[in-house]
Amino acid sequence: MKVFALLLALMVALPAAAEPTPAEVQKIMQRDFHPRGQATMERLAQDGVQRVCTETRDRPPAEVTKALEADQMKTITYPQGSLMGDWKRGETIAQSGRGLTWNDKAGEAGGGSCYNCHELSPQEFSHGTIGPSLRGFGKTRGAGADLQRYVYGKIYNAKAYNLCSQMPRLGLSGTLTPEQIKDLVALLLDPASPVNQ
Amino acid sequence: MRLIALGAALAVGCAAACAAQAQDSAKEIQRYRQMIAEGSPAELFELEGEALWKKAQGPKNVSLEKCDLGRGAGVLKGAYARLPRYFKDADRVMDLETRLLYCMTTLQGRSREEATKRVFGTADQPSEMESLSAYIAAQSRGTKLDPGISHPKEKESYELGRALYFHRAGAWDFSCASCHGEEGKRIRMQDLPVLYKPASARPIIATWPAYRVSTSQFVTLQWRMNDCYRQMRTPEPNFGSETTVALIHFLTATAKGETYKGPGSKR
Repeated sequence: MKVFALLLALMVALPAAAEPTPAEVQKIMQRDFHPRGQATMERLAQDGVQRVCTETRDRPPAEVTKALEADQMKTITYPQGSLMGDWKRGETIAQSGRGLTWNDKAGEAGGGSCYNCHELSPQEFSHGTIGPSLRGFGKTRGAGADLQRYVYGKIYNAKAYNLCSQMPRLGLSGTLTPEQIKDLVALLLDPASPVNQ
Repeated sequence: MRLIALGAALAVGCAAACAAQAQDSAKEIQRYRQMIAEGSPAELFELEGEALWKKAQGPKNVSLEKCDLGRGAGVLKGAYARLPRYFKDADRVMDLETRLLYCMTTLQGRSREEATKRVFGTADQPSEMESLSAYIAAQSRGTKLDPGISHPKEKESYELGRALYFHRAGAWDFSCASCHGEEGKRIRMQDLPVLYKPASARPIIATWPAYRVSTSQFVTLQWRMNDCYRQMRTPEPNFGSETTVALIHFLTATAKGETYKGPGSKR
C-alpha cells in the first residue's frame, strides 16, 4: 500500500512533458549506442529485474519482489564439494575492478570490484561505502556450510536475496568464475582471512 | 613537484597501523583536493582552444569564429552557461560539444566521421573538442547556469535525461543512481554526488569541463557520460547522441542558477 502511495506521489510530481517509460528509454538507447569490444547491444535489453526496479525506483511491491527473487534463486548453481577457496586469491579478486567493460579483453579473468563498495580487510583503507562493511564478517557468524552457501549465492546473484540491490550479479553475469567466487567466500569466512582479524 | 610527492605518498598508502593513519590520510586528501583546485593547468587548454577556434580548417577552409552557440554567430561570452538548449537550425537540443560538431560539419564542411575521429584525447595529445570546450566554457566564468527548459524539445530532452538517470541496464544492472543515488556514499575514496538533487549537482556541474589530475587530461561532460557507461558495462553511447545530451541537459538543469566557475580541476 505504501508502495502504491509512493508511486502515485511520483506520478503526480511529474511535470507536463511525460517521462518516457523504460521500454521507450530502451528503444532510444538501442538507437544511440553501438557495440564495442565484448560490450554487445544485447546488454541494453532489460530483464524483468532491471525493468521492475527501474519502474518502481528500486521499491517494488512485496508480491512482485517475492516472485522475482524466487526466479533469481533458481539461477544459482553451486559447485560440487566445499565452497571455501583460498582467501589470499580472494583478496586479489576483491581488489580488482576489471571485467566486462568494452576495453577489458573478453575471456580475461575479471575481478569482483568488492572494495569499490565494501570495507573488507582492515589493511585496505581505500574502500567504498555503497555496500555495508564486511569487516569481521565471519568472526561473529562462523564458517558453517549454510553460511558458505549463503555467501556463495549472494555473490553469484545478489538479486535473489534483495531484488533491487545495487550489487551486480557477479556469477550470473559471467564476471566471476565459480572458483573465484569460492575464493571470495574464503576471504569472508576463513578464520585466517584478514577480514576476520 | 609537491603534487607528485603527495600523490606518491597517497599511492603507497598505509601498510600497518591503518586505523590511526586513516584520519591523517583523509586530511591529506582534503589538502590535495584544495591544492589541485587552486593551481589548475586548464588555462593551457584554453589557449590551445582559442587557437583552434580561430584556425581555418576543413574543405571550406574557414575557422569556427562564425559558429552560433546560441547567443548569435561568434558570441562566446556566457554562451556555455546557457547550454544545452534547442537549436532551430538543427531542430534538436545540443550541448557544447554537439553544437561544435554541428559547426564543424556545416561551417567548415568537414565530415562527421572525420570530425569525431578522436573526440577524447590522451594526456600527450588532447583532442580538438577538449581544447575548444576549455576555451569556450571559460568565457562563461561568473555567469549563472541557465540551460533551455521551455521549448517542447527541451522539456522532452530533460525528461529523457531524468528517465535515463534511473534506468537500470547493462551487464551489472546499474543506473546512474546506483552510484549517485544516496548521500554520503563513495567508491573507494571518491565521494559520489547525488546529481539529481540541486544541492549536490550545483557545485559539481559548475566546474565541468575540467582538468583531471590523476590522468593529466582535460575532460568534458561527453567524456564523463561515456566513461560512466563504460563502467556500467553497457555498449558505448554515440558521441553527441540524444542520450548523452539528454543526461547532460538533465544534470545542468538540476544545477540551474549556480554561477559557472570552470573549467576546474578534478582529482
